[in-house]
Parts: sequence; structure tokens; C-alpha cells
Amino acid sequence: MWLSNSSIGRKVVMSVTGIALVLFLTFHMSMNLVALISAEGYNVICEFLGANWYALVATTALAALVVIHIVYAFWLTMMNRKARGTERYAVEAKPKSVEWASQNMLVLGIVVAAGLGLHLANFWYKMMFAEIIGNPTLGGLEATDGYGYIVQTFSCPIFVVLYLIWLAALWFHLTHGFWSALQTLGWSNKIWFERWKLIGNIYTTLVVLGFAAVVVVFYLKSLCCGASCV
Amino acid sequence: MATIDSKIPEGPVAEKWTNYKAHQKLVNPANKRRLDIIVVGTGLAGASAAASLGEMGFRVFNFCIQDSPRRAHSIAAQGGINAAKNYQNDGDSVYRLFYDTVKGGDYRAREANVYRLAEVSNSIIDQCVAQGVPFAREYGGTLANRSFGGAQVSRTFYAKGQTGQQLLLGAYSALSRQVNAGTVKLYTRYEMEELVIIEGRARGIIAKNLITGKLERFAAHAVVIATGGYGNAYFLSTNAMACNSSAAMQCYRKGAYFANPSYVQIHPTCIPVHGDKQSKLTLMSESLRNDGRIWVPKKLEDAKALQAGTKKGSDIPEEDRDYYLERRYPAFGNLVPRDVASRAAKERCDKGYGVNNTGLAVFLDFSEAIGRLGIDVVRQRYGNLFDMYEEITDVNPGELAKEINGVKYYNPMMIYPAIHYTMGGIWVDYELQTSIKGLFAIGECNFSDHGANRLGASALMQGLADGYFVLPYTIQNYLSDQITVPRFSTDLPEFAAAEKAVNDKIDRLMSIQGNESVDSIHKKLGHIMWEYVGMGRTAEGLKKGLEEIKKIREEFNKNLFIPGSKEGMNIELDKAIRLEDFITMGELIAYDALSRNESCGGHFREEYQTEEGEAKRDDENFFYVGCWEYQGSDEKAPVLIKEPLHYEAIKVQTRNYKS
Amino acid sequence: MDKNISFTLKVWRQNGPKEKGHFETFQMKDIPGDTSFLEMLDILNEQLISERKEPVVFDHDCREGICGMCSLYINGYPHGPATGATTCQLYMRRFNDGDTITVEPWRSAGFPVIKDLMVDRTAYDKIMQAGGYISVRTGSAEDANNILIPKPNADEAMDAASCIGCGACVAACKNGSAMLFVSAKVSQLALLPQGKVEAARRAKAMLSKMDELGFGNCTNTRACEAECPKCISISNIARLNREFIKAKLKD
Repeated sequence: MWLSNSSIGRKVVMSVTGIALVLFLTFHMSMNLVALISAEGYNVICEFLGANWYALVATTALAALVVIHIVYAFWLTMMNRKARGTERYAVEAKPKSVEWASQNMLVLGIVVAAGLGLHLANFWYKMMFAEIIGNPTLGGLEATDGYGYIVQTFSCPIFVVLYLIWLAALWFHLTHGFWSALQTLGWSNKIWFERWKLIGNIYTTLVVLGFAAVVVVFYLKSLCCGASCV
Repeated sequence: MATIDSKIPEGPVAEKWTNYKAHQKLVNPANKRRLDIIVVGTGLAGASAAASLGEMGFRVFNFCIQDSPRRAHSIAAQGGINAAKNYQNDGDSVYRLFYDTVKGGDYRAREANVYRLAEVSNSIIDQCVAQGVPFAREYGGTLANRSFGGAQVSRTFYAKGQTGQQLLLGAYSALSRQVNAGTVKLYTRYEMEELVIIEGRARGIIAKNLITGKLERFAAHAVVIATGGYGNAYFLSTNAMACNSSAAMQCYRKGAYFANPSYVQIHPTCIPVHGDKQSKLTLMSESLRNDGRIWVPKKLEDAKALQAGTKKGSDIPEEDRDYYLERRYPAFGNLVPRDVASRAAKERCDKGYGVNNTGLAVFLDFSEAIGRLGIDVVRQRYGNLFDMYEEITDVNPGELAKEINGVKYYNPMMIYPAIHYTMGGIWVDYELQTSIKGLFAIGECNFSDHGANRLGASALMQGLADGYFVLPYTIQNYLSDQITVPRFSTDLPEFAAAEKAVNDKIDRLMSIQGNESVDSIHKKLGHIMWEYVGMGRTAEGLKKGLEEIKKIREEFNKNLFIPGSKEGMNIELDKAIRLEDFITMGELIAYDALSRNESCGGHFREEYQTEEGEAKRDDENFFYVGCWEYQGSDEKAPVLIKEPLHYEAIKVQTRNYKS
Repeated sequence: MDKNISFTLKVWRQNGPKEKGHFETFQMKDIPGDTSFLEMLDILNEQLISERKEPVVFDHDCREGICGMCSLYINGYPHGPATGATTCQLYMRRFNDGDTITVEPWRSAGFPVIKDLMVDRTAYDKIMQAGGYISVRTGSAEDANNILIPKPNADEAMDAASCIGCGACVAACKNGSAMLFVSAKVSQLALLPQGKVEAARRAKAMLSKMDELGFGNCTNTRACEAECPKCISISNIARLNREFIKAKLKD
């Protein structure tokens, strides 16, 4: 199968799963913004995306994408390290046009994955998972009270900092990942390369800012209302 | 004395090749599989020959000394390749290309060979385009042409300033295809060390694996050498570092005649020598002469100031510049053939008008072209050459330096002639077969097509003509009666003897254990060659040169030092083997130059010049190819055998580029 | 006139592919600025020979930046700090008095060291043999002007074709990937009508040979493009990807 036994095929898997995950992030970010406007509205969405069959199917698919993306990442990195040979350069320099992110995608990816773990523990475990096992108050609040969990989580400065680090890593990961995915799929040339890079940077920044806005706004709100870590 | 049979077919010159092909003997496909051919060299000639022969069905063994066939020095040719396509509708024709080549070669080439070269030139362009060579094109999608020295038509096809590279990559890709098909077996980092002759025919080679240092034996029904020229005998030349004359010398020592060694081309547009640590000279493409104007100051005091570094080229106004080529040769101007341009530069510098600190440089100026075409167009044409020049010299020729009275002066380049190409080489007949049966020589390493001087953009043409379109036919005429000869065993005593001879030589060189490195002796040889056997030769100088070369040989035999051992890779040993052959080669050049009491093309004897300083040929006494026969020892002077030239289609005239 | 400089030279010495290598340090004195890097190594070798030691082995040939033979990883850069130039076109005026200059061979599993600074790049030949050509029989070509090629396509093909096969892209790539090299050839031929016929087969064959020979996967870091002495663009890699994916989807 060319998607596993050719170098371009393996990269196609990375880029297709990556693009799908970017689309998911876009959706997730848009959903989060609702929390800034209306608590009820946000919880309606949470309820809609509870342990329903369609949400479960989508979540499973999403999980599969994440797993494939990560497994391929490690696999590719292992192969690439082998291709580099046993001896390392004693002196290495980085040309100006080489982005830092592009050479550290795995590290960034690991940070992103760790953040994801935290995020699942903070929200998914208490919401969808709670519903699946039939214990809606597993996390202390109602499983569909996403708004409540947001308020709770981001009142804690430690989580705020961790989430912001996570988002920063995500930003670096995506700024490279965006154009890189299109390049791998062959949708690029000398002109479009620059365009994709610009579009990717703007798009990534908007997505990450959208996420960060929720984190920051709810933290600031918590400062006003005096809530604290649970 | 031996007689020479050049095997030129009967009939008018325009029909000879067609007649030959119609009547030559062929080898049928089943038999081709049973015949082996060794091709030494993977440049334009070697790669194209190996690819074509393999494709025909012969079993080919192809050798190169570099790590890949693509490194061969054909790659460095910048300017272009000639062909008589007449795409520009400027009156070109096969005859005109033939005529220009013979005239450019100062009427010392073999007419029939040159006509064939011009005839197949068009097929080369077709072949290369079909292979994916990205020649420059017009906006309409047709192929573009430029003009080149020695011609009044635009017949040169080019791929940026990298034509040689692109043509070689084309031939290399054809070769790669045959390697993949299994018809050609490739041996990289192998160097030919000896020719093996069995019963008077070339039947194999001894080659050294340059990585392991081991000698290996290879047998075949025919041997083709395509090993390039001998310009590195001069140490400093535009040739690559590994270019050498050893394969040719091995053939010469085994009895192949060496023809016209004194015809050495000096290229007029090289970057001047900068110091004694220099390892090679860099050529700036001759295409620069299309738009660049060559000049030195009119006033001697300006030249003195330039030499002292108190003035720059751009400080000298238009009226004080002597565009000496345009002055002396109004019809061709800056586009005179290479030998004429080179000598004219030497003449000016000898008179003290040189423009750099050594006094051995002239200017090549683009101010006028930039004014006429704009910097963008000029950069489009020569940008990569300008960049290359800047990298080496720290001067940017596209940079505006000064404005005097509204005239814009850009930084001029400095150029000086340097050894570039060798027209002489192993003697071959019309079939490209040497005087040893079964041994063929193609490309620069044979002598046949350029006479005493080669026109720009003709080397690529000849290499590919020989490899794609001539040798694959003519070699069959030889092989057709070899089909009953079974493959040879490399255990035959001839192979053992040849290998032992090489081994003995290596042991001898390794055991000298003197105090001088190969390069230091090579540099000394180079100085002697340039001084006495260079651009302006005299009988007295040549005799002196021969004496000096003898001393170099003594020094080499007594004082050479090679570190390490003969086992494994030993780059100094490999260089030493080549140097020993360069010494013999150098002598051969000098012998030929001394015997040729005339000036023609790349061979200029100061005693034989017109009052205006132009070359003075002597057609009565020297209208022949000078073939040199080895006399059994490097110490003994070789013997000259003459192949008289017969011209039927062209009337021999004095070359005239003035009007 | 360029000034002379003195510096410390650290050179990788390794006796053979399987042997362990190490750095050797030399003090270079009064090297003129207009000496090329390789001429500087010539000077070092002459010194070594005069001390009856074995010279440093390195690949080099044309010394005018076109044959692709020279390599050398200098101070962290393939072909040294100059851009758009090979090692042989690097001049000592780029360096300063008192510098330490570290010279290493290309390091990649695809290019094993032969000796000292010389590496084995026959993998590139093998990739070319797998499909880097147009199958045309000698003498069977039609007139060169029969097929018109738009100038922009011809120019782009020429840019791709200017690859000299030196291996700097692999040396620069943290993944040891040969994608820039492969893509330059695939691009050149895919851009020309003559090469289109075999484009799919070529992309597949050359890529699978590259993978087979142990080169890594491209992760679009662009180090290859930045270090390429002929400034080959990674847009060629995009084209290779396109050609390859197209071919695979068609199968």
C-alpha cells in the first residue's frame, strides 16, 4: 500500500490527517467562542454533542485521526533518524529560511499531545466519558454543563498557563503544518508557496487566538468573581 | 616507414558518409549480444557511445574515474553547441558549417571528417531535445540561437550558460537507461592503467579500482577511449583536476599514433592567474564576447596606473580605450576565433598594456551592451557568469562604477588566455579507429575534426557526433568479422603481462621516496610548458623546453615522494602515474611544435608570422597531419609520419577575419 | 588585494567506511583571501606531504562549480557559508583571522564515508538509473522544432535541470532525504512534452528507488533549498508529490 510503503505516501497520511485535525480545531474554536457570548447557548451545544451516536462516531473518527497522526509521526521520525546515519555533525548551523518549527515538529507535537491529554482530563472525561459510563456527575458538575467546567478550569492560573503553553506549541505546529500539508499534497508552486504560508499564518493565528480568548477571558472573569482552583 | 591509410570513402565530400553507411558491414542483433565493447570515459563522447552501443545490443563496459559519469569535464562547457539547422533563416547550411569549421581550423583538419560532423550536427540537436535537454527557447516556443566566434550566422544552441552540463546530463540519462536495461555495466572510480593487445588487436584494459587500489582485468572485442584532452600537461588550464592524458599515452606507447599534439587551444576569456597557489583557471564563457567588448588602454601611462592599482578600468574614458579586436578585425570584431583573440591579447600585454598587477590581463566590458539592452537583458543572458566572476574576484561586472560626461561605465571584467582544449590527439581514420586494430578514439581525445584550432561550440558537437552517430556505425564495420571470436579470458598471458607492467611501474614510483610532491613537480612542468611550448613558440625556445622537460623527468624519477602505500586509496600515487604521462605528453607537444615550421591555428611559431603579426601557414610543406610513433621508450624521440591532406571541396586560403 | 588570514582548521579523518573517524586540528598560516577553499586544502596537503604524512582525501574535480564532485560540510553548512556556490567556489576572504573552521564529510546513511571527507554518492546514480531519463532511441528523434515548448516551461525545466547532483540537499536535510534531487529531475522531464509520456512511471520508479536506498522522508524544512548551490526550489518537490500522488491514484 503506497500510503505506508512510500515516503510520499506516508507524508500524505500525515498531511491529510493533519488537515482534518485543523478543520476540527476550527470547528472546536468556533464552538468555544459561543461560551463567550452565552452560557446557555454553549451548554446546548454540549448537550447536542453528548454521548449521542453521531457524536460518538465523530469522536471515534477524530481519535483515529489523532492516533494515526501520532503513530506516523513517530514512525517517520524513526526512519528519518536512521536515514541521517550514525555520525552526527559536530557543528551545525541553521540557514535563515529554515523555520524553527519545521525542524521540531515532533517535539511540538508531543507538547500538543500532552496538552490534549490534559484537556481530555479536564473536559472530555467529565463530560462525554461521564455520560458514556452513565455517571453524569463524575466531574462534580452535570455532564452537559460545559460552561461550568470552563469557568471552573480557567479560574485556576496553573491551568491557564498550561493551556497557553499548549496553544503556543499548537501555533508553531500549525504554522508549519499548514503549508507543509499542502506542499506534500502537491498543491503548491513558487507563487502559491508564499500564499499558503501567509494564509496558514493568518488562519493559525485566528484559530489559536480564538482558543486563547476563551482561556484568558474566563480567567479574567474568575479574578473578578474571586473563584479559585478546585 | 609505416604508411597511413585514413580510409576515406570514395565520392564527393557531401556523399561520402551516406555512401559509407550504405556499404559498410553491419552486425546482426543476435551477434551483437555476443560482442563486448569497453568504453573508457563517460563524457559527451563516452557516455553517448556507451549508451548507443548498449541500446544497439552490444555488451558494454563503461569506465570513469569520478564517482559518477555525470562529473566528466564535458559538463563545464558553457556556451553552446553548433548545428546547421538554419532555424534563424540567416543562410546557414551543412556546407557553411563545414566550411567555417575547416577555415576555423586553419585548413589542417581532414575534410571528409569535418563534412560528416557538419552533416550529423542537426541530428544531435534533435536527439538532445528528445532526451529532454532544456535548450533556450523563443517566446513562440521554437529553439533559440546565439552567435559565436568564427561564424557569421547564429547557429549555436544553448541552455543558459550550462550547455555542456545539460548535454552531458542528456547523455548520462541515456546511459543510465542502458545501465538499468543491463546492456551497460558501469565502473565508477576506476582508472585505465594499460591497454591489452592480443595478436595485434586491442582486446582489453587493466584498470585500477581507485578505492581499493587493486588492479583489475577487463576483456572485450574492441576498446574505445573517450578520455578527453591533455591540457593539464600545462598544470594550469581550464581542465578539471582529474583530466589527464594517461589513457591516450598508454595507447600511444602500445603503438597508436599521436596526431598533431602541438595544436593546443588557448581560450581567450579566462579569469587571469592570481597567485602561485592557484590550482586551475576558470573559464568565462566565450558567449560573453557576443556583447562584451575587449579593450586595453590606448595610453601606456594608463596601463601603468592600472598595473600599480592607482586607477580602475572604469576611470578610463571611452576615447582612451583601445578596442583592439574591433580595430584590427573590423568584420568579426570581438568574435574572431579563439586563437586570434588570444594572440591579440598576448600581443597587447607583451607591449605593456596589460591591466592588472601582473600585467597579464585585458578588459572585457559590458558598458555598451548594458546601455543598449539594459541591465536586465544583459543579466538574463550572462547573470550566472557575472555572479561567478564576482564570487571569484570580488568585482561585480553589472555594477555601475562611474559616469563620465553622461557616459555610464560599468565595472569591466578582466580576462586572459589560458590553455583550454587540445585539438591534437590519438590519430584515427575515417572510422575513428586508431592505428591499433580494434582500438577506437572518440571526442577530444582523437585529433580529427578541428584541425589546428577549434571553433567555439564545436567541441560538444564533435563529442556527441562521435558518440551518438559515427562510432556506433563504424565500429560495426570492424566487429562484423569478429562475431566468431569468442569472449576472451582475462587469464591469458597478455593480461598477466600487462598487469605486471602496471604493478612494476607502481612499485617503482612508490620506491623513489624522494622529497618532492607530485604537484610541485607538476607545477614546474607547467611553467616550462607555458613558457616554452605555450602561446608564442620559437625553435630555440622549444629546444630549450625539451631539455627542461628532460630535467623534469630526471627530477621525477629521482626525487618524487608518494606517501602511504599502494594498497587502498592513494590519491598521490594516482596523480603521480598521471604526471609521468604528462611529462611524456609535454615532450610530444614540443617535438611536434618544433617540427612544424609554420604557424597555424593554435600553434604559433613566432618565426612564422606576417608583418601584421598574423599566423603564416606554409601549405606547401606542412599540409599534413603530423603523426608521432612511439619508439619503445619515453627517453627516445618519437618518429614523425605524415598523413597528407587532400582538399576537394574547399579551396585552401589564408584565414582572414578582417573583411 | 585581499588580506592574508591565519586560522585553526579542524578536519575529519577517517580511514575507511567501517573505521572510526576523528577530528585532526591544523594551524593554517597566512592564507591569501583569494585562495579558494579547495586550494587552501591543497596547501594543507602539500604541508602534510612535506611532513611525509598522508594527505586529506576529498572529492573535487572541475573547480568551477558545475561538476558537483566537491562536497564538504564547513562550519555547519554544506558547501560552506556562501549561498548559491559550491565548495570549490568558496574563497577564503569569507573567513576571518583567528577563526576555527570545521570541515566534515556529508553525513547521511545514503552517503557512506569512503575515506576522510570523501563519501560514496553512487546512490544518486542508482536513482537516475531507475527512471531519470526519457526513453528515446539514438537517431529516432524528430526535428527539434516540431514540438513547440512555451518559453516559461522551458525556462522552468532548465532551472530544475541545473541540479549538479552534489548531494548537499541530503547533507543539509535532518532527515537525510534526497527529495530535492529526485524532484529536480522529475520536474525537469515532467515540464517538457517529451518527458510527459513517462512522467507517472518515472516519478514512481525514482521515488521507490530513493526509499529503497535508505534516504529519509521529506518534512518540508527547506534546508535543502537553502543550501543548494544551484538554488533549486522546493516547488519541484511539490511537483514531484503531485506527479506521484496522481500516478498512485490512477493505479
